[in-house]
Amino acid sequence: MLNAELQKPTDAQQGQAPAAVEQTKILVDNLNFYYGKFHALKNINLTIPEKRVTAFIGPSGCGKSTLLRVLNRMFELYPEQRAEGRVLLDGEDILSTKDDVSLIRARVGMVFQKPTPFPMTIYENIAFGVRLFEKMSRSDMDERVEWALNQAALWKEVKDKLHQSGTSLSGGQQQRLCIARGIAIKPEVLLLDEPCSALDPISTAKIEELINELKRDYTVVIVTHNMQQAARVSDYTAYMYLGELIEVGVTESIFIKPTSKQTEDYITGRFG
Amino acid sequence: MAAILPVSASEQTAEPRPPAPTPIRRDDRLGDRVFAVLTTGAALITLGLLLGILLSLVAGAIPSMREFGLSFLWTAEWDPVKERFGGLVMIYGTLVTSIIALLIAVPVSFGIAIFLTELSPGWLRRPLGTAIELLAAIPSIVYGMWGLLVFAPIFSDYLQIPLQNAFGDVPGFGALFQGPPVGIGILCASVILAIMIIPFIASVMRDVFEVTPPMLKESAYGLGATTWEVVWRIVLPYTKAGVIGGIMLGLGRALGETMAITFVIGNVNQLNSVSLFDAANSITSALANEFSEANPGSLHEASLIQLGLILFLITFVVLTASKVLLARLERAEGGRS
Amino acid sequence: MSAAMAANAQRMAAHRRRKLVNIIALSLSLTAMAFGLVWLIWILADTVVRGIGGLSIAIFTEMTPAPNVEGGGLANAIYGSMVIVGLATLIGTPIGVLAGVYLGEYGQRTLLGNVTRFVNDILLSAPSIVIGLFIYAVIVAKTRTFSGFAGVLALALIVIPVVVRTTENMLQLIPNQLREAAYALGAPKWRVITLVTLKAARAGVVTGVLLAIARISGETAPLLFTALSNQFWSMDLSEPMANLPVTIFKFALSPFENWQKMAWTGVFLITLGVLALNIIARVMFRKKD
Repeated sequence: MLNAELQKPTDAQQGQAPAAVEQTKILVDNLNFYYGKFHALKNINLTIPEKRVTAFIGPSGCGKSTLLRVLNRMFELYPEQRAEGRVLLDGEDILSTKDDVSLIRARVGMVFQKPTPFPMTIYENIAFGVRLFEKMSRSDMDERVEWALNQAALWKEVKDKLHQSGTSLSGGQQQRLCIARGIAIKPEVLLLDEPCSALDPISTAKIEELINELKRDYTVVIVTHNMQQAARVSDYTAYMYLGELIEVGVTESIFIKPTSKQTEDYITGRFG
Repeated sequence: MAAILPVSASEQTAEPRPPAPTPIRRDDRLGDRVFAVLTTGAALITLGLLLGILLSLVAGAIPSMREFGLSFLWTAEWDPVKERFGGLVMIYGTLVTSIIALLIAVPVSFGIAIFLTELSPGWLRRPLGTAIELLAAIPSIVYGMWGLLVFAPIFSDYLQIPLQNAFGDVPGFGALFQGPPVGIGILCASVILAIMIIPFIASVMRDVFEVTPPMLKESAYGLGATTWEVVWRIVLPYTKAGVIGGIMLGLGRALGETMAITFVIGNVNQLNSVSLFDAANSITSALANEFSEANPGSLHEASLIQLGLILFLITFVVLTASKVLLARLERAEGGRS
Repeated sequence: MSAAMAANAQRMAAHRRRKLVNIIALSLSLTAMAFGLVWLIWILADTVVRGIGGLSIAIFTEMTPAPNVEGGGLANAIYGSMVIVGLATLIGTPIGVLAGVYLGEYGQRTLLGNVTRFVNDILLSAPSIVIGLFIYAVIVAKTRTFSGFAGVLALALIVIPVVVRTTENMLQLIPNQLREAAYALGAPKWRVITLVTLKAARAGVVTGVLLAIARISGETAPLLFTALSNQFWSMDLSEPMANLPVTIFKFALSPFENWQKMAWTGVFLITLGVLALNIIARVMFRKKD
């Protein structure tokens, strides 16, 4: 069933699939991952469609964050971690490419569990990433910063204090700042690693709203512990357990009639 | 331990049936009080030590302070025969050697800290870190003797003489390289000092770099930043206070270093040239060389003690600054988590 | 589309520059690491090469020789150093441990605790020659003679802050649950500390003491005007006492060849001892966790 989906990604959308034609943005092909000797991901096959929100769910330690960190090669920071298999981004394997990792990360942005504002002003937080890849005039940069903050629905709240420290914002604002920072370099994919786990319900609602907006322009992949959140924000959901991908499909069908018993138990809260 | 303590009279009259929790508690109350007094006393001794040092130095320096007043600080004359003393030469030597040492040690330590936190393979981290820390364990007299007998001649042959040949005749600039080609002098002392303080600065830098939250670094990597960009633009600003604290710690060490300097600075009370290769003197080397020769109670001795007092005050300020900066980083750390 | 391509070209150009800067910076970092190691190896190699040749039984059995006289050893200096260092450790350790216990168990947040902690950290890095001046002023100047005892006190004052620091650090590592468990049994504070927390922190405290011994074994400056030195065998602590560091200082700066050679041997012995102590202390502490 998984392989069938892999070959014909559009087949996956029985039921009320989101409208418009879908293209595969990322294709994970037979991916295995190791922390030293520990086999953390086992034969993962998965397609992530463009301009949709895909959620990874599953109990703690199931490998969902690990999978996310393969998609921008973040795992490479740690020498004992290694990945085998292929991860195709627009058809090009990012695991074996000769392209520099920083160029891949510019295309695949990431937001973390806790807000991570850099020790600099709000403006500089956003300009930091942009300057890595583009040379632009001050006014262009101003524009870009405003644009990114607008995209992250933060502009109105911070436009008068752009030159204050990024750490002076509230937790929810900091997290949106981090999203703005990721968007500012115009990536194609945004990876969100439990972006709301450190936030209060109101900030969480704002971020979820934002995710809904973002999928117009970006492919979004979100890891979440929160079942309702996955149901609310995602178009596709992948359920993982003990390093294996158990089931993947349109979110509605996964939540209404999961094919796997395990998935059903997890979703209904009988386990996990 | 309680069993061997004498049983007091009140216990013997106590009810015999329950196996007596009261008597133990009684001795323990005494034990608690004695132990609290002992530990507090030990803490007070530590505290008193600083005061004692300060007071004894001030007391010893009084004759010299009376005689020369503040002009001691900017008088270069040092003449035990005529009993005229000024500390300028030594203060200058101490400050200049320490500053040059910092100029060498800070970039090197930064590089070492980057290597240990970002580049080194995991299994090499510990041995390499230990090796650098062992540099700090080598006694300073070893540095001194090695500096004088091994390093200075090589330093002269391969740095001083070539520099003199190349720039010696350049007006102004050339003056920096004058002096007899024996190696010992201000620059040689600075290099040895630099090697000695590298481990201190490098370990503090490594430790504060390690407290940078991994997620913060990953965020920057996630934007496509290179290792260098992450260190320079994220880690360094984040740990700024701690890094400066580490540098101050190194400076404090350099200012107070005695034996290594005494061997290689040349111990000449002169301030006639700006040359980096001329022999000079420092507070610590003046003390090491002259103190046991000065007559007890003489103005000479008082002047040397005053130099010691000045050194103590300078290092006190520098080390306090270091403490405060490191504490600030710690606080920021605690508040952020 | 062409705008996108231009942007991409710009991105690639900027990327190449950034990559170059990165490589240069990281190479410099590697160089710095090598720079640090080179000195360590160079100094140790010279110490071994020049010092090991002079090693003989006589070094440990004969007195320091006169200038330009063949033979002789460092027996009196080695013995004196051992006595001074041993006594200094015996005096400094209990005070250091007790003060460390105060900081870790009693005065964590009190004014006295904070001030003491601060002062201790200053003392830890204060110039050791100043400690020598202090002891000179309060002991030597009063007794009107340099003495082994003054040297012992000077080194003891250097031991204290080192032991205080490690003791407090080790006590902080003890989880509070352990203390609470002991208190829950009804144990009084002093017993909790002596029988539980200090015991749990023992390896760390011993490490601190070893490091303190390593530190004072090579200290020269504070002995210059306290213990001074002595050419002869002296067991009397009220007289100037021979010791290895000051002997090395005197011999190394002398023009006499036999003295210089002996100084290298002394330096070899001191370095060997100090590094061995350091490595033992580290290994001990690592085993504990």
